[in-house]
Amino acid sequence: MAVDRKAPIIEVHDLVVDLKGHRILNGVTLDVYRGEILGFVGASGAGKSVLTRTIVGLLPKQKGRIDVFGVDLDHAGEVQRQEIERRWGILFQQGALFSSLTVGENVEFPIREYLDVSDKLMTEIAITKLEMVGLKPDVYRKYPSELSGGMIKRVALARALALDPEILFLDEPTSGLDPISAGDFDQLILTLQRTSAMAVFMVTHDLDSLHTICDRIAVLGEGKILEAGTMDTMLKSQHPWLKAYFHGARARVLHAVAKN
Amino acid sequence: MTAGILLSGQTRGDWVELSAAGSWTAEYASAIEPQVETATRGITARAIAININRIEYLDTYGAWLIERTMRQWATEGREARLVGLREDFRGLFEKVHAGTQTLSAPPPRPNSIVATLVSVGMTMSAVAADLYLFVQMLGSLIAAFGRVILHPTSFRFTSTVHQLERVGWRAVPIILLITVLIGAILAQQGIFHFRKFGADIYVIDMVGVLVLREVGVLIVCIMVAGRSGSSYTAELGAMRMREEVDALRTMGFDPVEVLILPRIIALVIAVPTLTFLGSMAALYGGGLVAWLYGGIAPEVFLTRLREAVTINTFEVGLIKAPFMALVIGVVACVEGLQVQGSAESLGEQTTNSVVKSIFLVIVLDGIFAMFFASIGM
Repeated sequence: MAVDRKAPIIEVHDLVVDLKGHRILNGVTLDVYRGEILGFVGASGAGKSVLTRTIVGLLPKQKGRIDVFGVDLDHAGEVQRQEIERRWGILFQQGALFSSLTVGENVEFPIREYLDVSDKLMTEIAITKLEMVGLKPDVYRKYPSELSGGMIKRVALARALALDPEILFLDEPTSGLDPISAGDFDQLILTLQRTSAMAVFMVTHDLDSLHTICDRIAVLGEGKILEAGTMDTMLKSQHPWLKAYFHGARARVLHAVAKN
Repeated sequence: MTAGILLSGQTRGDWVELSAAGSWTAEYASAIEPQVETATRGITARAIAININRIEYLDTYGAWLIERTMRQWATEGREARLVGLREDFRGLFEKVHAGTQTLSAPPPRPNSIVATLVSVGMTMSAVAADLYLFVQMLGSLIAAFGRVILHPTSFRFTSTVHQLERVGWRAVPIILLITVLIGAILAQQGIFHFRKFGADIYVIDMVGVLVLREVGVLIVCIMVAGRSGSSYTAELGAMRMREEVDALRTMGFDPVEVLILPRIIALVIAVPTLTFLGSMAALYGGGLVAWLYGGIAPEVFLTRLREAVTINTFEVGLIKAPFMALVIGVVACVEGLQVQGSAESLGEQTTNSVVKSIFLVIVLDGIFAMFFASIGM
């Protein structure tokens, strides 16, 4: 796809979100550009999931403005909103597969709801998606309860990709996977992102993912974006939390070696 | 995005070259699919080339439609080639091309007579399995109870009290409300019909016997099955789905002793208590209607009631209560432990739990009726 890489696809401006009387996000401003993988980090409880959930409309905001595809979500009508929802895919942390539907039906669900394609094409696309995420077609008839954790994530990814979205939200995609599976999953996201030039917004704790696949990293802390930029920017940052995060374990090992 | 999508054929010697253009994306997939069929139908040439140079936008849908055409061509023993593949589409085509699409055929459907017989057979074996599980649960309960008697310190007292509060104390208002209404309705109907024979006064006999022997305990049990049995099933089911039951077992605890025994003991205490309260409330409701609607003074009602019912009548109702509580509790727990992974299964087991326990309560009531009749109570 011929895309302008510099065009922001998501613009979050001065976002304030309260949750149960606590101010979680206090003036978050963040842009996500077309065709980039943005890694989103922050301490547990800093509000990473809150930001993701607010962008996709699961949580109400107190103040601020969110533009997706250049449309202000506050002023988007029902139809426009649906049109936008069709163009993004979300991978929830636990997969959130519909447990009463088979794997195939799960992947076909958004296709069935949004597109008017023939049953044959729908099945073929579902299988193609399953194969794209590295699963064998025979999972098509299985139920989510018969799958392992890693397979559930892959099926959930296939469902998130079912409509060929332009934005993919990933909430800790590699948590709960062994390092090898996590590495595979990272590569999978990278390949899929490269083939379709979609924007990926990835909440993660995995330093490996940040190093290997993210084009840009944004750090959330104290209710704001502390820093946003490439890995180099992160490593050079003087903010204490960033220093602890990006230098922590390695720095400690170095100290230990020096002492001995 | 521009919508234009077309596949136009052009013969070049042995080759037919089809040219695709525009947006080959999910949005237009429903329109493209029939176009592809029409464009490729009449072609007799041995070889085909698809020129995708003029495609502006492409996603998995478009790529698959092209790939599918090429595969179909190949299976017919003809030659198919992709021309004008842009560099940025290459990855996508490779991904789609790598797919095998080898989906095994769905299991064949048996004919309808066989299917009916199979489902009848399955139901019968499910009934047998239910009975087995019920007896098994009863056995493990008795075993757990025995262990608790031998080692009283292992008894979950806090848990039992907590459950007692949930199924007993918090059920009091709704049970009282419902039984007052039932008593009132019984009395009103009785007075209305008995008055034709000038036998209004016998309404007190009817309400007294009916409420104390049957209605009180049945209404309470049905309420408890719907209110507490269902919540037992849902709780245990959710715990099973999240592997909490397995966690208990691996830590060396018996789930029956930890989870189920306190719940059932709470129920066995709560149901007779609620039955007593409910029966009293129903008599009160009946008395109130008799007074206001039937003009029977409270003193007359009480005197007549004392003559109409004996302590036996009261006992018959109350003796049944703990047994019914046991049935409700055991059914609820058995169903809860049978929940499988899905949300649907949780709902199904909860429904089963309520339906089966109400059914069994009524069956048990019938058995008790025969028993009490034969011993002359």
